[in-house]
Amino acid sequence: MDSTQYPPSVFNAATYIAPDSIFKVTKDYLADTDPRKVNVGAGTYRDENGKPWILPSVRMAKEVVANAGHEYSPILGLKLFRDRTVELAFQGMKALKEDRIASCQSLSGTGALLLAGLALKKAESGITEVLITEPTWSNHELLFSSMGYNVTKLPYYKAGAFDFRSYIDALKSAPSGAAVILHTCAHNPTGCDPSQEQWKEIAAVMKKKTMFPVFDSAYLGFNSGVVYDDAWAIRYFVDELGFEASVCLSFAKSMGLYGERVGVVTFVASSSELAQTMVSILENVQRATVSTPPIYGANIAATVLGTPEIAKQWAQDLITMSSRVKGMRQKLFDALVRLQTPGDWSHIVKQTGMFGYTGISSAQIVYLQDKYHVYMANTSRISIAGLNDSNVEYFAKALDDAVRSVK
Amino acid sequence: MTSIFSSLPIAHEDDAFGLIRLAKADTHPSKTSLNAGVYRDEEGNPWVLPVVKEVKNILHADPTVNHEYLPIRGNARFLTGARKLVLGAAEALNPAVVSIQTVAGTGANHMAAILLVHALQPKSVWFSNPTWLNHASIWEKADKNINQKWYPYYNPADRRFDFRGMVKTLEEESQPGDVVVLHACAHNPTGLDPTPDQWKAIADLCIRLKLFPLFDSAYQGFASGDLERDSWAIKHFLGEDGLELGIAQSFSKNFGLYAERVGALHIRTTSADVASNVGILLQQVSRSEFSTPPAYGATIVATVLNDDALFAKWQLDLKTMSSRIAQMRQGLYDELIRLKTPGKWDHILTQIGMFSYIGVTAAQAILLKEQYHIYLLTTGRVALTGLTWENVGYVASSIDAVVRQTATEAIPSYIIT
Repeated sequence: MDSTQYPPSVFNAATYIAPDSIFKVTKDYLADTDPRKVNVGAGTYRDENGKPWILPSVRMAKEVVANAGHEYSPILGLKLFRDRTVELAFQGMKALKEDRIASCQSLSGTGALLLAGLALKKAESGITEVLITEPTWSNHELLFSSMGYNVTKLPYYKAGAFDFRSYIDALKSAPSGAAVILHTCAHNPTGCDPSQEQWKEIAAVMKKKTMFPVFDSAYLGFNSGVVYDDAWAIRYFVDELGFEASVCLSFAKSMGLYGERVGVVTFVASSSELAQTMVSILENVQRATVSTPPIYGANIAATVLGTPEIAKQWAQDLITMSSRVKGMRQKLFDALVRLQTPGDWSHIVKQTGMFGYTGISSAQIVYLQDKYHVYMANTSRISIAGLNDSNVEYFAKALDDAVRSVK
Repeated sequence: MTSIFSSLPIAHEDDAFGLIRLAKADTHPSKTSLNAGVYRDEEGNPWVLPVVKEVKNILHADPTVNHEYLPIRGNARFLTGARKLVLGAAEALNPAVVSIQTVAGTGANHMAAILLVHALQPKSVWFSNPTWLNHASIWEKADKNINQKWYPYYNPADRRFDFRGMVKTLEEESQPGDVVVLHACAHNPTGLDPTPDQWKAIADLCIRLKLFPLFDSAYQGFASGDLERDSWAIKHFLGEDGLELGIAQSFSKNFGLYAERVGALHIRTTSADVASNVGILLQQVSRSEFSTPPAYGATIVATVLNDDALFAKWQLDLKTMSSRIAQMRQGLYDELIRLKTPGKWDHILTQIGMFSYIGVTAAQAILLKEQYHIYLLTTGRVALTGLTWENVGYVASSIDAVVRQTATEAIPSYIIT
């Protein structure tokens, strides 16, 4: 069929956009048939055998909801799920007691951030600037710029650690009234979190400049093993300093429900009435994007959170995942020390959460993939969860070789 | 401290969902909900399709099932099956058609709107008057500035599809590059579909006027029980070489998987290269909104569409649903005729699908709600799925009563000016 016979395509003017590179990493890994291959690319938890892990608590919940129906959920999502998630994330906070929290079920963390951005527009909040860390999760910039926000990057990372000085200086020079995307814990991709003292200074600057915090909370419980501990920064901003905020929550990692898209967007408002109005705004923006959210994963999560015996198991599962990851950090570090790999690798054990920035070069990354079939993000980010006792030595040796052979 | 939320306008509750809430709260023994667009069985209960139950059990027992992220584009087996279903086996192999998994039909419509606004910059988007409540909101979110226009569709005088009005308006007022939203079958809310000859004329018109047809396909198989018949219009348009078009496909009704949000968007372009680039644009929209689509529902549909035995069982379930609705249409009609209710009622039999514009006015709909605890939209849209042998007599006699009680309204409220 000769396309010149027909009127030209209406899509001809659309320009080619390179897809998000991390998805190609997974694709290439899956296509690779080498038995030694190692996937430290995408941010999904793997067990000690390198396999996806269905959490025991999730298995228990799935038994309970096995015969659930498929009727439309309300636009705001499953109420039980929303309420239990809010109780979990805002446990003990004044904002919860005072009923100042608006919530809406979302398509995981991405969907939560989207709804937050759309709702802030619909609410005529006046916010036009969004500040993200550099580096940050690969999707923050696209997500907010697509909604029409002006996105600015604040320097965040240097030499294996959080570059607090540069970050706070950039924050001080940034426009007042901006929304600031904060990683509640387990910063993606660097694994470098502010200390409590540093959080306090960040909060002080943001208070002075009437900035609006958006807490991207994809790792509550996954980071330290305890949700309450991981939520410290939220408590400090919202409870102690009385900030209004958005807290965007995901159960992708903490319950291993990745593909089921389980999340909640919340707004903490200064009054209960305003929180109610924000609920109606969230309902409005959800209706025109997806109408109602998917129920399956929310049902599972609600059952986990709301069934004491299963919630107890979940607390154990969080410790299982977080401690295995921490253990792998230590093992990788120990191996590199043993190999006397050139450089300082202590950042591997100082960083926290699923990810770490190794700090190696693009050429070294390519070398690792070509020679050793090791797959990682082109930013030098590795997912520690992809390491286990069977591959950590291999990975350490590969890394050692790359560092020595290639610049 | 002033809240950033202080200056917001009050958002209004969605009418359809609002009515659902009211109906739910009504505890009167004769309460009858004829509003929400979901299938109900002969007891008035939600119905999980037997084939869906079977597949859920299979998945539940399968130790290899997990919850990993789907690719951005979605479940590949699901998309293969979805393409074959709506495009036909031959066109499903056409690389000039690109497909992506979406968050049900709403997501597909939403994604189509964003794509088309970006790629076509159409001056106007055309909807049938009336159309599904959410079409306008979806397009408004995609582009505040686009003109929303209405082609005549429902003629209240004879309660028929106003084909001539539709054609005339599009001929006279549309511009090249405009998007025209078409209902593939079982028009929501009227239940009136064009005949095959009328569809042919509409296709010719789109080609001649250089309009971009966007099909909303939410009832394939659900409407008539026949998957081919319900996709006839789409397949006719696909048969027009070189005609670019879009299909927003939902599996909410025909699989009863409403809350699992299973859908797909298909865009037919002029070449594989163009389709490939459009695919990347679509993936970018997904990535910027929800990253990857929900897995569970798509897995169920994929399992059925790719297995002959399960597919055959699904077709039986479609027959169950579509024939129960057809019986209810007949039952309601027969009762109204028996009661000699003033007016003409044969449109109830010629309309198709879940919904009917049965011809009650807004005032009559309100009376039905307030005096008889029967809930339908004030536009007069009735969800026939709410009818059972047990309540059809009560509904008919209530309609009979309010029709006799009220004077005829000059201009029914469902006309959007």
